Amino acid sequence: MPVITYIESSNGKIKKNGFELASYSSELAKLLNTTAIALTVNVSDCSELGNYGISKALKISDDSLNEFNASTYADIITQAVNKTGANTIVVSSSLDSKYLAPILSANIEAAYINNVISLPSNLDPFTVKRTAFTNKAFSDTSSNSEKVIVGLSNNSFGLIENSIPIDEEIFEVSISNSNLSVESSEKVSGKISIADADIVVSAGRGMKGPENWNLIEDLADTLGAATACSKPVSDMGWRPHSEHVGQTGKPVATNLYIAIGISGAIQHLAGINSSKIKVVINSDPEAPFFKAADYGIVGDAFDVVPRLNEKLKEFKAQNS
Amino acid sequence: MFLFLKKILCTHSIFINFTYIWRNIITQVFMKVLVCISHVPDTTSKINFIEDDTKFDVQGVQFVINPNDEFGLTRAMWLKEKQGASIDVINVGNQSSEPTLRKALAIGADRAIRINSDPNDGFFVAKQISEYIKNNTYDLIIAGRESIDYNGAMVPGLIAGFLNINYVTNCIKLEIDNENVLLDREIDGGKETLKGKLPLIIGGQKGLVEESDLRIPNMRGIMQARQKPLEVIEPYDFNSNTETLKFQKPLPKQAVKLVDSENLDELINLLHNEAKVL
Ligand SMILES: Cc1cc2nc3c(=O)[nH]c(=O)nc-3n(C[C@H](O)[C@H](O)[C@H](O)COP(=O)(O)OP(=O)(O)OC[C@H]3O[C@@H](n4cnc5c(N)ncnc54)[C@H](O)[C@@H]3O)c2cc1C
Repeated sequence: MPVITYIESSNGKIKKNGFELASYSSELAKLLNTTAIALTVNVSDCSELGNYGISKALKISDDSLNEFNASTYADIITQAVNKTGANTIVVSSSLDSKYLAPILSANIEAAYINNVISLPSNLDPFTVKRTAFTNKAFSDTSSNSEKVIVGLSNNSFGLIENSIPIDEEIFEVSISNSNLSVESSEKVSGKISIADADIVVSAGRGMKGPENWNLIEDLADTLGAATACSKPVSDMGWRPHSEHVGQTGKPVATNLYIAIGISGAIQHLAGINSSKIKVVINSDPEAPFFKAADYGIVGDAFDVVPRLNEKLKEFKAQNS
Repeated sequence: MFLFLKKILCTHSIFINFTYIWRNIITQVFMKVLVCISHVPDTTSKINFIEDDTKFDVQGVQFVINPNDEFGLTRAMWLKEKQGASIDVINVGNQSSEPTLRKALAIGADRAIRINSDPNDGFFVAKQISEYIKNNTYDLIIAGRESIDYNGAMVPGLIAGFLNINYVTNCIKLEIDNENVLLDREIDGGKETLKGKLPLIIGGQKGLVEESDLRIPNMRGIMQARQKPLEVIEPYDFNSNTETLKFQKPLPKQAVKLVDSENLDELINLLHNEAKVL
């Protein structure tokens, strides 16, 4: 039975996390002595997935699917599962995939294990490591079900190149109607989202007020980073709620997390701990964040951040 | 039945004033809301494990209403007060979750139901609640986008799947006008507005109401809560489909490398050459 992975796209282009999913799924397929199939929606060219071990792409093409609808998408994945006989389904940890996965799980009677960070340590029963208690712990969780949906944590597995020939096949599906319709959507344009960013520049109450956020925005621009903030900052309306990260906000699992004027409360750390490298800039050497960080600068953000920004601009200019 | 009644009333203009009154009376009686409450360790809890790392150590841990559920419960209270609704709260858990349910009653829920079993996994919890809903129809079911202990993020979605009802998670706005609903859902990099009809289940989170709208039960609420019904029912016959075999805590972190604030080149050098993230 093949492994099937649902690969997300936007405007016809595979999203970055798609290649990590492809890498994970093909390594998983090797363990299971099978092949990995990708399912895509409105992507014309899937050849790049072959670089990460995907041997076949099932391509759905239908304009009515341009707008994401969780139950409709769960239904088309269900059809792909039925067609291929797959028992193992891999999805990402994006908000959309976390939205559709439980519906899919109910449809195909599969166990759903999310926040997974590794390949299975055991195949019978299928057992994987996942994060729990909002990154304060890990658990080994097994499935008792014949079918299992693995929700892979962003940035937890990385890319594994393994070029193989990929067979691209058009997949016809029947599209179910939903009685939920999208009226409008707003995306912050020209800015990278926290979920997609390799680097996140985050700031807290130490920035004193919203008028000082240009320092944060400038640094983020230089780095091509997303901006984020601590909870009180969004509670006070200095920044939009969508930037609030932490246990009760968005989770962040990025390569580089730069925390400026954030004390490092346990609830904040819980949400950002899966980030690979954490840099802290804080005027208080006793700030708890230093205990959770890889690199730290004790200093005043208003002095350090602009200088760091200039240095980074020079660095970027030399290294591009 | 209530739609039917209203249609009759609405076709007779003579009843316009009545319609308004009726509508209030009718929704008051008929809009039934169920809020799913997860009983979780307080966000400041130290996370430890016992019995060879197979069980969460509850020693010294304070339990609270799951924060995502609390936003939902507060929205339900708003609906009750502004539009008229009855609020039931439900938890799958053992006796230790009763204080959490009492707290929900003290905040203003009308009735609590506890399905008497350990909440073995998200699938099990969703099966139990779905079965309960099948026997007790609701117009609106509110859960949290995830519980902060196991972070399964699946209970509302599974219920939606089992019962085949409309579902919106990461819900940051919910407005109801008769059976029409308008919702905002957070999406990666923004939000979208959705339109649909009741019955509906949502996964709530901060934004559904503001932090400052959250309620601390007052003395009167706490006294009233003691008199409100808390029904304990035995679990329906379902098994869980996953098992948590063992927990681990993250390895202790290496000490932070401090870089002098006058030597920012060094920081860039470390990020580039050592951490390889630039
Ligand atoms: C149920 C619950 C859930 C929560 N969930 C979250 C969550 O999801 N996310 C979250 O972030 N918080 C959360 N919190 C809040 C959390 O406990 C902290 O209160 C919050 O993270 C603190 O935000 P802060 O670091 O911005 O502010 P503060 O704690 O006030 O820290 C500001 C920091 O800035 C530093 N500073 C001040 N001036 C300067 C300067 N000029 N230069 C450099 N540094 C400076 C200070 O030394 C200090 O360390 C939650 C709390 C509760 C009770």
